[in-house]
Amino acid sequence: MSKVNWPLWEVFVRGKAGLSHKHVGSVHAADAEMAIANARDLYTRRSEGVSLWVVPASAIVASDPADKDSLFEPADDKVYRHPTFYDIPDEVGHM
Amino acid sequence: MSQTVADPAGAPVSLEQRFQDWIDAERKIEPRDWMPDAYRRTLIRQISQHAHSEIIGMQPEGNWITRAPSLRRKVALIAKVQDEAGHGLYLYSAAETLGASRDDMVADLLTGKAKYSSIFNYATPTWADIGAIGWLVDGAAICNQVPLCRTSYGPYARAMVRVCKEESFHQRQGYEIMMVLAQGTPEQKQMAQDALNRWWFPSLLMFGPPDDQSPNSAQSMKWKIKRHSNDELRQRFVDMTVPQAEFLGLTIPDPDLKWNDERGHYDFGDLPWEEFYAVLKGHGPCNRQRMAFRNKTFSDGAWVREAAAAYAGKQKARQAAAVQAA
Repeated sequence: MSKVNWPLWEVFVRGKAGLSHKHVGSVHAADAEMAIANARDLYTRRSEGVSLWVVPASAIVASDPADKDSLFEPADDKVYRHPTFYDIPDEVGHM
Repeated sequence: MSQTVADPAGAPVSLEQRFQDWIDAERKIEPRDWMPDAYRRTLIRQISQHAHSEIIGMQPEGNWITRAPSLRRKVALIAKVQDEAGHGLYLYSAAETLGASRDDMVADLLTGKAKYSSIFNYATPTWADIGAIGWLVDGAAICNQVPLCRTSYGPYARAMVRVCKEESFHQRQGYEIMMVLAQGTPEQKQMAQDALNRWWFPSLLMFGPPDDQSPNSAQSMKWKIKRHSNDELRQRFVDMTVPQAEFLGLTIPDPDLKWNDERGHYDFGDLPWEEFYAVLKGHGPCNRQRMAFRNKTFSDGAWVREAAAAYAGKQKARQAAAVQAA
């Protein structure tokens, strides 16, 4: 049986103007144009979007899950970066 | 296999234990997270089988597209069959995040190495079967799939959210077909009853073997891939469907079916398990036909795939030449 071996493309859909593109899944396609056509047929059959991005899956660089702690844990103890860390009397009103 | 890491207090804990703790805390597993090999294998098998079922599932209904009784029914049926293809593709895409290759999965389906849901090996001789499939088969699928929206593997759960949204249309269009037939001429009502008679038990078999004969269930439940047992989901489906049949004025073909006040559920008779295992082994009414058709479709499409690949190659070469010339 002949293999197809079309590259994998990650698909991102903008739900409506004003929202950013969001990852929804992937498609296989021989080229970029076909990837857009396939993504349109697969991920926007019910008005889910107004714009599509397709990106060769091989082009995505991701952080290593093993680095999760060293990359993201330092943010956990920096409560002073959040507005609720600061005491403002109620009389001042909404701030 | 006893690789360890440190827990928050610094004590050694195995990767397996940390994985299980993570799942017990109702957190999701994402593609590049560490996972036991068996978890990965179980998911690849389940998700790809699920995908194959959607792909083969296009056939029994596709059978009626050219003969749908009205344009309204025809556009709905085309959209539904297209959705089944879409569901298959969402699921293949989810399985690929676990390292499965699309080509291998397709090959496993075509050679018969991989299984798909036995329900699609039943025939659709009348238009009422299209109603019965939407109402019962998609209804049963919804019972199975709604809990999968919370399955522990993120990409599978996300694919199921999309699938479930679309299945709701499928079930309603099926029930509407049944309703029109059940309220039609005596012959039409009889056609609807006949379809219910043929699809009822196969739909109950869709939930899989009874809990005490379902060897992989316990591990899948522990990993929160599965959220409810086969028997629990089957009971839920029966409880949900009996009143719907009553509304249609149709009779469920099970003399032992009756409400049990004490349990708060419907009791139902023994299921035809010999039939379940026979169809699973390839001896259902349409197993050979489904496989032959899938293989023919794949071969017939070969020239399209080859042309697309040739075109893409040519475009790429032209672009490269243009870059060099500039």
